[in-house]
Amino acid sequence: MTDLPGYPSRRNFLKASAAGVALSGLAAQAKAQETTPPVPLEEYDRSYLTADEWAFVMAASARLIPSEGDGPGAIEARVPVFIDLQLAGDYGSADDWYMEGPHDPDAEPARGWQTPLSPAEIYRQAIPAFDAWCQETHGAAFAELSEELQDAALTALQNGDVGLASEIRDFFTILLANTKEGYFADPQYGGNHEMQSWVYIGFPGARAAYRAWPERHNEKYPLGPVSISGERA
Amino acid sequence: MARQEKKKDVVIVGLGWTGSIAGIELAQEGLDIVALERGHDQNTVPNFEYPQQIDELKYGVRLKMMQKPSQQTLTVRRDGGETALPYRSLGSFLPGNGVGGAGTHWNGLNWRPQEIELKLRSHVVENWGEEIIPEGMNLGDYPVSYDELEPFFTQFEKVAGISGQAGNLNGEIREGGNPFEGWRSEDYPMPPMPTTYDSAKFRDAAAAMGYHPFHAPAGIASTSYVNPYGMQMGPCNFCGFCERYGCYQYSKSSPQTAILGALKRYPNFEYRTQSEVLRVELAADGQTATGVTYWDDVAQEEVFQPADIVILSSYQLNNVHLMLLSGLGEAYNPLTGEGTLGKNYAYQMNGGVTMFFRDEEFNPFVGHGANGVCIDDFSISQNDFGAEGFIGGSYWRSGTFNGQPIRNMPLPKGTPSWGAGWKQAIGENYGHAMSIGSHGSHMSYANNHLDLDPTYTDRHGRPLMRMTFNWQDNDLKMNQFMKSKMEPLAASMNPDLMQSGFKGEGAMYDVRPYQTTHNTGGHIMGETAREGAVNRYSQSWKAHNVFAMGAGNFVQNTQYNPTGLVGGLAYHTVNAIRTQYLSNPRPLV
Repeated sequence: MTDLPGYPSRRNFLKASAAGVALSGLAAQAKAQETTPPVPLEEYDRSYLTADEWAFVMAASARLIPSEGDGPGAIEARVPVFIDLQLAGDYGSADDWYMEGPHDPDAEPARGWQTPLSPAEIYRQAIPAFDAWCQETHGAAFAELSEELQDAALTALQNGDVGLASEIRDFFTILLANTKEGYFADPQYGGNHEMQSWVYIGFPGARAAYRAWPERHNEKYPLGPVSISGERA
Repeated sequence: MARQEKKKDVVIVGLGWTGSIAGIELAQEGLDIVALERGHDQNTVPNFEYPQQIDELKYGVRLKMMQKPSQQTLTVRRDGGETALPYRSLGSFLPGNGVGGAGTHWNGLNWRPQEIELKLRSHVVENWGEEIIPEGMNLGDYPVSYDELEPFFTQFEKVAGISGQAGNLNGEIREGGNPFEGWRSEDYPMPPMPTTYDSAKFRDAAAAMGYHPFHAPAGIASTSYVNPYGMQMGPCNFCGFCERYGCYQYSKSSPQTAILGALKRYPNFEYRTQSEVLRVELAADGQTATGVTYWDDVAQEEVFQPADIVILSSYQLNNVHLMLLSGLGEAYNPLTGEGTLGKNYAYQMNGGVTMFFRDEEFNPFVGHGANGVCIDDFSISQNDFGAEGFIGGSYWRSGTFNGQPIRNMPLPKGTPSWGAGWKQAIGENYGHAMSIGSHGSHMSYANNHLDLDPTYTDRHGRPLMRMTFNWQDNDLKMNQFMKSKMEPLAASMNPDLMQSGFKGEGAMYDVRPYQTTHNTGGHIMGETAREGAVNRYSQSWKAHNVFAMGAGNFVQNTQYNPTGLVGGLAYHTVNAIRTQYLSNPRPLV
């Protein structure tokens, strides 16, 4: 599916944007040829997360964006894959950030990121701490709880009622942000599988060409999304 | 010992808007010039190409076009009683990185200040008396007037390629333009951009209330265009990826689209990237600079670059930091009011109303950074400061600028932040909301200033700069005034639901959410060396061959996005260098 090195599927992309709805039959055919089924989440080869951490991220993201109702859930969007890859990369290790001491993790939240830990380190320390709280409060690790108790536990985590150490107190905020990022980011990062979340809300993704549209007022844009690599949905 | 490079006539520190302007204008004089850029090289091709640029996670969220705090940052505290803590990850403001600087990733809103904004102290004293100036506010006049700067605003607008419609052409008020703008000697270089649905709704509602709607002045090409340097722009296609991105189609004004291609053709100009200037070196007599010392990130060594003229054109915060480290003036002392470096740091006071229309389609991804219709009916020139109890004003704007869903997902207040309720709400609300923003002035105060941090250092061992900044009552009152005026206008549009976001009394500065990258002041212009770090030509009072350009020159911030004033001041400065300084290097004031 690659036309030029470094420019994946530009030809297909152009075909998709220019042809639009009129050629949707052709587009659907092309799509069928391109799609290879992804590795099932249970067999996914993790880059950063341990087995226990993966079980937690699977269970937690499934409650943060559940499968029930309209639109994909985090599991259908493969958000856990996104989180694993992000934590393995330069975001996880806070490469771009100023991480020199001294640190004041007790500073009030409005002062910004003040923990000495990177995002990946926060996941590593916070998941067992939260699981221990779940065990003590509800009798099992988070992933083993009923959905109702999981929601209650996440609410406690969000409200700061779990007693996490200052260094990891922002875990819920980070987890929720990463989950939504994985839901809405381009599929090349592992989440937003088949652009289902873009289809759901009506965002055209990487189309980025709307010359005829500014003055078409109160008229819904009709085309589905495309991704950076040229997928369409 | 540092490596030493061959002496140049001019060394430019930072290759963004002002560095590019200085480069090309001084290259026309035949001077031998080198520009030093801390970041990487980047150009429309290959760096901003479609579709790789259309990546919200990489650029919008992970901020890959921005300054990396691991390389350079500062510390922040709200007042002198707090311990400043590092700005470790970017939030409130986003300094750029690499060739083009913030001029590459901006939204393209290009405003001139109002005439009285440059003489605001005099305007206040003449109309209401000095007694209405709150204690602790450093209200000042700029040492240049609008009339003096007008030709340079025009010059910058022609170079940058601005789309809009004149409201005041040589004093004549023109239908459809901004009747409250400063006079302009020529109309905009390009006609206004088309109007999106939200803008049209706002325009009609504003007109019905007797206000004066006009098109936002956009550094976004509405037509094909060739600027005075021969650089070409093509019309914008409303891709919706302006702020935090480079423009993939030569439509957004930037150093890349407007200047750099022409500048690089001058054989007497060169630029070096990954070259981070560490300090300006002063001569033994302390009256002039001998050049700059920089860190060559490729060779991993310090380099001394001698030069006859030093142009500081890095981001406002970094200019102030360099001047503090180099002793280009005395650090400001907020208790005594003595010293000028770091004085009058200011920001921007913004708010807005979001409206939901369940059955209407806004296609929020169809837009550009400077999209929209504005009103200036509550601008600085229109407000009765004595009656309202504040000094300031704002412009209002409505127009889609990006519908990127990680960051732009307005939901009704009370919507759960996760779970089934959140998922249902994003499906119901995406594309069915519009907003009006209030973009307001920010005055200067003794409390809000910049100096060097006593604790934290950068990778070169230099002290980080320390920002002391908090919101002040005057500007918060202005913001609440805008709320009281904007809510009735929003209500007149009969939304299904509306909600306001305006900071009010007691608000504390929070470094986490993005607010604006309009950091101003710190090396302000002054009539005398006691008042400012530079004179009316952005020339250092301390060393006459050092010129410090950019928003650091602002005596207080205006109610507008700063780029138009930054560009005008840069051309004003470079004109003075060309016509007055080169023939006889000396203090120009």
